[in-house]
Amino acid sequence: MNAELALIGPILAAMFAAATPLLFAALGELVVEKSGVLNLGVEGMMLVGAVCGFAVTVKTGSAPLGFLAAAGAGALTASLFGALTLGLLANQVATGLALTLFGVGLSSLIGQGFVGIPLQGMPKLNIPGLSDLPVVGQALFGQDVLVYLGVLAVPLVHLFLYRTRAGLVLRAVGENHAAAHALGYKVIRIRFLAVLFGGAMSGLGGAFLSMDYTPMWAENMTAGRGWIALALVVFATWKPHRVMLGAWLFGGVTIAQLHVQGLGFDIPSQLLSMLPYLATVLVLVLISRDVARIRLNAPACLGKLFHPDA
Amino acid sequence: MSLIRLEPRGQASQAMVYATPLLAVLLTLLSGFVLFLLLGFDPMKALHAFFVDPVSSKRGIGELIVKATPLTLCAIGLAIGFRANVWNIGAEGQLTMGAIVGGGLALAFYGEGGWWLLPLMVIGGAAGGMAWAAIPAYLRLRFNASEILTSLMLTYVALLMLNYLVHGPYRDPDGFAFPESRLFEADAVMPILWAGTRVHLGAALALFAVAAGWVLIARTFIGFQIKVIGLTPAAAGYAGFDQKRVVWLVLLLSGGLAGVAGMGEVAGPIGQITPNVSPGYGFTAIIVAFLGRLHPVGILLAALLMALSFIGGEAAQIAMGLPKAITGVFQGMLLFFLLASDVLIRYRVRFGARRAVA
Repeated sequence: MNAELALIGPILAAMFAAATPLLFAALGELVVEKSGVLNLGVEGMMLVGAVCGFAVTVKTGSAPLGFLAAAGAGALTASLFGALTLGLLANQVATGLALTLFGVGLSSLIGQGFVGIPLQGMPKLNIPGLSDLPVVGQALFGQDVLVYLGVLAVPLVHLFLYRTRAGLVLRAVGENHAAAHALGYKVIRIRFLAVLFGGAMSGLGGAFLSMDYTPMWAENMTAGRGWIALALVVFATWKPHRVMLGAWLFGGVTIAQLHVQGLGFDIPSQLLSMLPYLATVLVLVLISRDVARIRLNAPACLGKLFHPDA
Repeated sequence: MSLIRLEPRGQASQAMVYATPLLAVLLTLLSGFVLFLLLGFDPMKALHAFFVDPVSSKRGIGELIVKATPLTLCAIGLAIGFRANVWNIGAEGQLTMGAIVGGGLALAFYGEGGWWLLPLMVIGGAAGGMAWAAIPAYLRLRFNASEILTSLMLTYVALLMLNYLVHGPYRDPDGFAFPESRLFEADAVMPILWAGTRVHLGAALALFAVAAGWVLIARTFIGFQIKVIGLTPAAAGYAGFDQKRVVWLVLLLSGGLAGVAGMGEVAGPIGQITPNVSPGYGFTAIIVAFLGRLHPVGILLAALLMALSFIGGEAAQIAMGLPKAITGVFQGMLLFFLLASDVLIRYRVRFGARRAVA
């Protein structure tokens, strides 16, 4: 096997891994937005999930417990957002920003004693037979559990939204909360549950970063991935399978950028590090310019406040 | 049937508009008390070290003004945008670009400056911030792209750009490869307004921005248009207001002010260009804008309070070994409490089940 071909496997593997935190966070946010709520606090929830998952894993030595804690911590921070926007009718944009600012502070407070502690990454899960395939075997079938779970979550979210009654109700609430309320559905309860799910998924995405991808804790380590996840939901026009494509695309950009640095091209690393952010702006522009398509696909009640008496 | 419910008020309560920021501050202090207790510190001593000690000297009050300066400049611009439903959250990036352009001029004319250099740097800083805010404006108006996401992505780009410059072209040639620029010459440094402190010309610019912001919102037709577009976009459409022009105006204005703030930091308290120009002033300014009720005078007061949280965090870290991250927790908490208590402006809280109305 020649050298170029040998590179493809590791590059693909790294791309899938880099895409996983985005995939979790964006899928969670997609469900939240489908219910008509815009939570801009993804970055904050990811950070809290990242630090809690890391801390619990270091303390207990158990990675599954760590991931559980991360999901719980993400859901807990999301419940703050839910209480404020759904219970107290606070502005969703402002509250989401507050959640991110709060999450940045809280995570660095919790993470103080954990900076610089190394953590063993998760063991790779080799799927017998398939992981030995040439070139792509390790990339596709020799990944960490969470990478598979992220990919598995895509059809699950799709099935839930489009093939179950609960998913139909959730979408109805997102499209027209007044009508859903008139039919007797508990708009606030349904939205709150969606927000909790979004928080748990963001927390898992963050924990994948701190416990597996890096694996270590550093302040602000998500470096804008929460915001990129928000952009991915728009890029995907609120469709789960397109979220996956978008996440892989960004994983690809991140890895390509790292490899160009590694190959020793004479381009300053800071300029290459700009690529994922610039790519986000670019895809956002490409998708958003089609106003009709955005209007057709965006949940009609996205970001609107709901009060049963109003 | 819930025991607590919210009943819409016929009219927004003016009293609550002023009362809720105070309520939010009070709740934040109470939570701070509990937080310090949980962390194992004497809460009264910690709160004292955080909020009182730092401002019990002339130097401390000077530092308060120094930190409130960029916060005010950024928040005035952001608030005018928020009023028009333009969510520029990239003030941190625009501030950074202001520092890059304004500070870059100081380096470009190193050794050949004159009285004209500082005004040129102010203009350059404003232009840098404006250019950076013009991108989200163009992308929103031409391509319908959310300015929330684009302005934030551009913040990361600006921070990386600054990092690249101080490691490369801006680096002090005699600086032993430290990622810092030369120290600015006297011509390129903001004059000190209050001897014995670091309060600089930027504070006067911030006060001017407060006054100008108030005149713009309260006394001009364009200010009226901004308010109408924010409150009822449909009505603004029927009235024939040019919404595109307003989006351009508020983004350029907030970008320019943030740029001046960034230039003021490198030409003021820092005196050179470093990789860390701002400890997050551009983000905290979002809290300042809301806490100040999007009103210029309120913003001034809120900026002083938030400046206190910055220097309080530093002081408490030195005096008691409190983690510096507490500053961010306090700031986030304050905004949460404010947003939560704002419900009182438009709703009454009622206890007990609703009686049936015949």
